[in-house]
Amino acid sequence: MKSKLWLGVLALVLAAGGTALTALYANGNSNADDVADDQVPAADAAAPDPAAITRGAYVAVQGDCAACHTKPGGNAYAGGYGLQTPFGVIYSTNITPERDTGIGTWTERDFFRAVRHGKRQDGALLYPAMPYNAYVKMNDADLHDLWAYIRSLKPVAQAPTPNTLGFPYNIRLAMLGWNLLYFKNAPYVAEPGQPAQWNRGRYLVDGAGHCGACHTPKDALGGDTSAYLQGAELLGGYAPEITGNPHVGVGSWSIEQVAQYLKVGSNHMAVAAGAMGEAVEHSTQYLNGPDLAAIAVYLESLPGSGAQAPAAISANDPAMLRGAHIYETQCMACHNVQGQGIDGMVTGFADNPGIRALSPSNLISTVLKGGRAAVTEGNVTGAGMPSFAWRLDDADIAAVLTYVRNSWGNAAPAVGSPLVSKARAAVHAEPVLDKQR
Amino acid sequence: MANVRPKVDAVIVGLGWCGSLMAEELTRAGLNVVAIERGPWVETATDFPPSVDTDELRWDTRRSLLLPPAIETTTFRNNRSQTALPTRDWSLNELGYNVGGSGTHWAGMAWRFLPFDFESYSYTLKRYGKQQLVDGLIVQDWGVTYEDLEPFYERFEKIAGVSGKAGVLNGQKIEGANIFEGNRKSEFPLPPLATTRLTDLFTEGSRTLGLHPFMVPAGQASQAYTNPLGVRMGPCTYCGYCLYYGCGNFSKSSPNACVVPALMQRSNFTVLTESAVLRANLAEDGKTATGVTYLDRNLQQWEQPADIVIFSAFQMQNVRLMLLSKIGKPYNPQTREGVVGRAYCFQTVSGANLFFEDEQLNQYIGAGALSAQVDDYNGDNFDHTGLGFIGGAGILVVARGARPIGNADAVPPGTPRWGSAWKKAYTHAFQNGTFIFGQGTSYSHVDSYLDLDPEYKDAHGDPLIRVTFDYNENDRRSAIFIENKSVEIGKAMGAKIVNGFDSAAVNYGPYLPASDHTIGGAVMGLDPHTSALNRYQQSWDVHNVFVLGASSFPNNAGYNPTSTIGALSLWTAKAILEQYLAKRGPLVEVPA
Repeated sequence: MKSKLWLGVLALVLAAGGTALTALYANGNSNADDVADDQVPAADAAAPDPAAITRGAYVAVQGDCAACHTKPGGNAYAGGYGLQTPFGVIYSTNITPERDTGIGTWTERDFFRAVRHGKRQDGALLYPAMPYNAYVKMNDADLHDLWAYIRSLKPVAQAPTPNTLGFPYNIRLAMLGWNLLYFKNAPYVAEPGQPAQWNRGRYLVDGAGHCGACHTPKDALGGDTSAYLQGAELLGGYAPEITGNPHVGVGSWSIEQVAQYLKVGSNHMAVAAGAMGEAVEHSTQYLNGPDLAAIAVYLESLPGSGAQAPAAISANDPAMLRGAHIYETQCMACHNVQGQGIDGMVTGFADNPGIRALSPSNLISTVLKGGRAAVTEGNVTGAGMPSFAWRLDDADIAAVLTYVRNSWGNAAPAVGSPLVSKARAAVHAEPVLDKQR
Repeated sequence: MANVRPKVDAVIVGLGWCGSLMAEELTRAGLNVVAIERGPWVETATDFPPSVDTDELRWDTRRSLLLPPAIETTTFRNNRSQTALPTRDWSLNELGYNVGGSGTHWAGMAWRFLPFDFESYSYTLKRYGKQQLVDGLIVQDWGVTYEDLEPFYERFEKIAGVSGKAGVLNGQKIEGANIFEGNRKSEFPLPPLATTRLTDLFTEGSRTLGLHPFMVPAGQASQAYTNPLGVRMGPCTYCGYCLYYGCGNFSKSSPNACVVPALMQRSNFTVLTESAVLRANLAEDGKTATGVTYLDRNLQQWEQPADIVIFSAFQMQNVRLMLLSKIGKPYNPQTREGVVGRAYCFQTVSGANLFFEDEQLNQYIGAGALSAQVDDYNGDNFDHTGLGFIGGAGILVVARGARPIGNADAVPPGTPRWGSAWKKAYTHAFQNGTFIFGQGTSYSHVDSYLDLDPEYKDAHGDPLIRVTFDYNENDRRSAIFIENKSVEIGKAMGAKIVNGFDSAAVNYGPYLPASDHTIGGAVMGLDPHTSALNRYQQSWDVHNVFVLGASSFPNNAGYNPTSTIGALSLWTAKAILEQYLAKRGPLVEVPA
């Protein structure tokens, strides 16, 4: 991993040494933010317009700002949430309008630059854990409203927690190179051939929603690859493809089913949990109907990976037979006889694209660690799945997942036992009971 | 000096069915509510999912969801001439010890009491005259009628997701269901559970006797369900792990599955777990409570000030809290004056053990309330002339799920207690043995009561509750009557061996098999000389204290108590919201 980073730095050096100096300038150009006021610090400004605050609160929800900037159980937007990255832990900052520890001395233009161009008030570069590469698409009006909302927050004095990034990742200047490689410094431009609803959907998905942050696969330096929204490995999980691909994306779901999933955290087969559960709880459940429909319309319009169903593994395959037995004794009580699940509570496996994802990491980590359904205003139940790490060994888990991935209309590659062993170590799941003795 | 929390509109002591239903009503109306629960938070997916639930040794034999007697127990004696001793082992007193209270581990039988049960005194006087009552029996009307409670029963059944079939719907009797029940204004929210071979045998057998069998209303969701609070329940899988277990499938009606998820989304609701309330604190004039004192998990003492104090702990704990808080006049069995501790009673259980010749009962398929019952001998559903008692029992068979450990001695009389003969007999009995039993109506007696033990104390140094109880003559007569009827039904079911049993034939003891439906001690009523609470479960003496639970029942019905404590809690919540908040004082004037 480290050598790859140095290659990246080398790329920067080479780039800087050549004619790419102009590219570097364009990449760092934040003139677009000059529309914002640069005189009045947040803490000194007159009280913001209430209508703008309301609109800004909705923009904050679209951007899911609270997910990172509010620590669980902590003060709203006072930061301190540790974001686990492959490079170390990055702690979110205090964005309340408090002078000493928050952004009380910031002007609106400082704020615009941070959100859209990844630059702090002092000019230092932010780590792309802050998704400015998506937020750069947000328009001036939304950002202006968001600023009004942020200024309306209760100032909280809470000093930031230092990041735990090791060398060389602790060199913020290195982000110059990262930006040059991955940051597309361009505002959102509507696609003229597409209807307004589609464009609104794309604006939300690519901008404030920053869906690609999880759902687009990353390369070794954490930059987006070209497999846009086609599913990505996360730490201890997998963000599935969310394009219109019917096999592993959301193409087999209706617009309403996609919207319902985002609104209440579940639909006719899927139940959001884990990282997506948090996104639903903090963000998407609060989006209005037209915006949810716009997102669904846009996602379904994407052709995606083109992944197609392989031939299902034979029911007589030894792993399938073993899996069927485990399913019957361990899973059926909740997931039902034919993998139907229970609406709004328990994931249905039958003909479920999420189950067929090329990567089984989500399934493996859920079996190992359990999970809890998103709790939303539309569904307060919060049903949960227990951990089976203590009860099933790696081969059992591999077999039962192979079984559900190849039953009731599903077809997907078998899950290998070594993958489960690796995940068991990676997510710190407890050993199976036989091995605890 | 105690730590003091910010004052709230209402503090709720105990977060079981009563407390959670009250909290739901009060917080929905906008009040700030703090609930204080002695036990820990429990979570279906992590504490008792299907992968860990199916463990009879842990949950049933070792009672892992109950309040351990080492923390708080009761002392017991049969009469005043004896010295009470503490009940140190698991006993009939099955107190909850977690968020959800006893509503987490109950079996799920979701009955409405009969109209007779609320007005036993008036009904009996009218039909038989006073001579029907045995000497010393305490029989008094509740001050609330079935008609009053009907809408609240309906609300409870919808929140709890009860499965059943109406027997009397808007005046129409429906054959095949319970034609003796009080009139309902609506059908159950869910259809009845599926029957089993065992319930079918009961149904067929009792029909040949001219009786009216039906499937018991069950707090197990027969289908996926969303309740009026927006909480979802999963369909029951008939795994049989209900009584003493939490339900891992979100199927059993419980505060955890049905109410708490909605409560936890409300910013005006707080629950303090692992915190034991010691007493309510009274204002100087003794006419109102100022809040409660409790110990947190680190044994730090706290005060929670509140405008309204709700006692919604277990029946015996409610009475104990009344006594420790000095609310109401304690009962004195010599003068027969005083009300707190008075009218304590229990429930007779009698019936018959059955062994069939060649059945396949497959009793591992079951649910806590998967039962068939007849009510022909319950309440005042039959003529008691010349019988010398009032009341009776619902007689039922329970397909509750087999207990490989617990049933190990359920073998025909004369079977060796170990060895290959026992194994053979148990293997046979596992598929062929069962029992039918009556849960009796019970009435208290002037000699049965609760008070504070003069000697034994709990871990915090407060006196334990002392139970002085034995079955009275009315109990004994009705229990024998029900035993005989159970034997008749057992024979009609075709059992090869039918042996009657009767818990009331011997002195009461907390370790002898019976029901766990202990009731009364702080009863509601119309007269402050014979009741601790008025018809709204409001203390006659301290008007901002309301006491919810079976402690309010002046008498026991031939049923399980849960739906009635649920309905009464909702009835009281309505009175608080619609009457008490506007006029902070007694909701019923003390009669002159």
